[in-house]
Amino acid sequence: MRWRTNKSKVAMVFGVVLALALGGAACGSSSASGGGKVQLSLVAYSTPQEAYAQIIKAYQSTPEGKNVTFRKSFGASGDQSRAVASGLTADIVAFSLEPDITRLVKAKLVPADWNAGEQKGMVTDSVVVLVTRKGNPKGIKTWSDLTKPGVEVITPNPFTSGGARWNVMAAYGAQIKTGKSEAEGVKYLEDLFTHVPVQDDTARKSLQTFTSGKGDVLLAYENEAIFAQQKGQKIDYVVPDDTILIENPVAITTRSKHPKEAKAFLDYLYADKAQGIFAANGYRPVTKIGAASKFPTPKNLFTIADFGGWADVTTKFFDTDKGIMAGVERKIGVSVAKK
Amino acid sequence: MASSVASSTLTKHAIRWAALTYLLFLLVLPLGVIVWRTFESGLGPVITSLISFEALHAFQVTAIVAVLSVIANTVFGVGAAVLLVRHSFPGKRLLNALIDLPLAVSPVVVGLALILVYGTFAPAGGWLTDHGIEIIFSTPGMVMATIFVSLPLVVRAVAPVLEEIGIEQEQAAWTLGARSFVTFRRITLPAIRWALAYGIVLALARSLGEYGAVAVVSGRLVGQTQTLTLLVEERFQNFDPITAYSASFVLALVAVIILLTIKLLRPKGDVS
Amino acid sequence: MPRSSSTLTPDDRLGTAQPAGGGPGDVSRRGTSSAGRSRPTPGATLGLGIATIYLSLLVLIPLAAVLWRSAEGGPGDFWQAMTTPEALSSLKLTVGAAVIVALINLVMGTLIAWVLVRDNFPGKAVVDMLIDLPFALPTIVAGLVLLALYGPGSPLHVNIAYARVGVVVALLFVTLPFVVRTVQPVLLELDKSMEEAATSLGASSAATFRRIILPNLLPAMLSGTALAFARAMSEFGATVLISGNIPFQTQVSSVHIFGQIESDNVHGAAVVSAVLLVIALVVLVSLDVLQRWGARRG
Repeated sequence: MRWRTNKSKVAMVFGVVLALALGGAACGSSSASGGGKVQLSLVAYSTPQEAYAQIIKAYQSTPEGKNVTFRKSFGASGDQSRAVASGLTADIVAFSLEPDITRLVKAKLVPADWNAGEQKGMVTDSVVVLVTRKGNPKGIKTWSDLTKPGVEVITPNPFTSGGARWNVMAAYGAQIKTGKSEAEGVKYLEDLFTHVPVQDDTARKSLQTFTSGKGDVLLAYENEAIFAQQKGQKIDYVVPDDTILIENPVAITTRSKHPKEAKAFLDYLYADKAQGIFAANGYRPVTKIGAASKFPTPKNLFTIADFGGWADVTTKFFDTDKGIMAGVERKIGVSVAKK
Repeated sequence: MASSVASSTLTKHAIRWAALTYLLFLLVLPLGVIVWRTFESGLGPVITSLISFEALHAFQVTAIVAVLSVIANTVFGVGAAVLLVRHSFPGKRLLNALIDLPLAVSPVVVGLALILVYGTFAPAGGWLTDHGIEIIFSTPGMVMATIFVSLPLVVRAVAPVLEEIGIEQEQAAWTLGARSFVTFRRITLPAIRWALAYGIVLALARSLGEYGAVAVVSGRLVGQTQTLTLLVEERFQNFDPITAYSASFVLALVAVIILLTIKLLRPKGDVS
Repeated sequence: MPRSSSTLTPDDRLGTAQPAGGGPGDVSRRGTSSAGRSRPTPGATLGLGIATIYLSLLVLIPLAAVLWRSAEGGPGDFWQAMTTPEALSSLKLTVGAAVIVALINLVMGTLIAWVLVRDNFPGKAVVDMLIDLPFALPTIVAGLVLLALYGPGSPLHVNIAYARVGVVVALLFVTLPFVVRTVQPVLLELDKSMEEAATSLGASSAATFRRIILPNLLPAMLSGTALAFARAMSEFGATVLISGNIPFQTQVSSVHIFGQIESDNVHGAAVVSAVLLVIALVVLVSLDVLQRWGARRG
């Protein structure tokens, strides 16, 4: 008898939950465009999320953008690139470093001439900076300060994070550009990584590791540091004299169903208004607008091209078995394991 | 006799305190931190963050994905448990071992595996996409990933109890002429209902909390394929801990409420 | 609803404490007939077919695809990818931590289930409800709160973050519910008449536990432990935050695999995944065999 009563109770609860779930599915967001509106899919890395939200709003108040809606996806740059390679629909892709676009070029999802334009396909710039606690209590100003005894450096793992790769090339490049040899540059990297107590898997996580109290200095993108400051985190940052220019690419895909509208949006990203929004969010604009001047210019700014471009650098430094960084990690691993 | 009574009381207390201490440090304190962090700035910010567009959509997506995957795994779970405990057939041991295997697969690999088969550029996935069925980067893919990671839970909750209660009553029913399905419905199912309930709650909790595998196959479409766990991660990344902790708190609350409901439904007479 | 096990005759029960049946695969000894294991009826065959299809579509075929990718380039490439220093060190850490965690769960999980079923104290119902929460929480939250409690800045002045112990603690958190929830229902169903008979015959509580209760619980205990082990092998989100993720020290295989995928080395990722799968399968089968062996000895 009791079972029957409880059975009906269970059935009722079950039914209600099911109804809610299916009802939710039924009125689930229909993303299909209707009534003359075109929907563009933007697949981007996570840091410019707010910037793009503002840019899209601005775009939709222009005549070209009036009838355009956006489906947006944000995530770690590598993850997003692989998602598009696996079939995630995208009209415009924006990543934090070039290899994530190259992957799609190889998969024939982005045209090979994506970087033939005036800006070479790059829509924003940044630089690698040294992020410190507010007031810079340890007085960290240069790359050599990082390898002083007792200094803890936070950087993500270069094999799981694109951001970490920019950090490594900035550190290495700073040595080379100040006259050291390749061997000395690699030695510096070994020294540096013995000072790294935590290697988070993404750049954002290492930013959070730092802001939650671990480490004395964080290697990060300038725009990340500015973002954290805007969100109230108590940090300062130093733009070292020698550092690398970070260039963030953007491209239209080959399988876009609205190539014209996608191209129009892409062009808008270079308009003064959009570049100004990027600047307000901490990115260095690529066009010559007034806001660009508020970013300090490092004395000795170099680019990835100085080291042969990402294709060469990825093989030479970041091959998981034979790359220079694999060697660095192994050397430290063995030496630390012996302690 | 007196000493064994005394020592058994001592043992009883020792066991109780060992268990409670373990749970204090491993469960209660961490949960306390979550509650504290959620309500640090008061109730207002919590409510505001939970009724935002993204949060409401995330609730919806999570509810659909979790409920569908739990239903699927419950049906499979009960069926597989009955098969494993009450029948013998070639390959039974293999089936038994295979059922637990999905838990051992790293979330990144789950996503990779599903994409390799059902992705747009994969053989099976391509065929489905051509016929208008989107699996990966859409709800079906997320349901599949969630089913994958919670597959063994209902089976493993039900099977030991099926084994424990034995077959006499079912045999009695058969000899009285009842067909297998009637026997199942009126004798087996009621006998395992408590274990089944535990299994369902476990599976539901797991489905609510899954992050890695779902993240890979979801496409992270804002407002469309973002589950609560994805929202939590994204909000943490953007230095919005209030929303992140609030959403986590809600996930925990749902698990507690479901378990509470099941406990309340338990007939009072059925006490060990 | 009358309890089923009370219909057993005294011969079956006293003295030898017949175990519940060492695992789903065992041939039942309940009662006298072996009717616990019937030939497949048409319904059972259909059910088996459906279960196989379900399992195949969702689990087997996708995993086979991963194994397929791992086999690219033949056994030489497989071995090479498996024996890189990073892969080996992460495998050692992952399997080692999973074994430790499984053993701790075996003991503590059973203990906790015992306390929740057989003991009584104020707040028991609340504790019971909290057990499932590690599942419901996203792993990043688990990692963050454990870091807040037991990392730098811990209010308890305990710092086990960025060390291997941190990995174990994170894994203990995410695997907590497994053994507890598989043992609890069995404990609830356990027929007390055997224990009462043994006690009235003069057996101490330890002996009663060892010879009567434990054999009945063992299948569920091992079943839950197998689940905990499997889960500990695959955990990513919670460990990655608290472990510090240093290669060769605190990097678990899931992160290594992620690194391989990020570097467009799907083959390397597939190889390590395949190795983990094989190890998991071996352990799961061993636990199953252990269940049967324990049942027969009972």
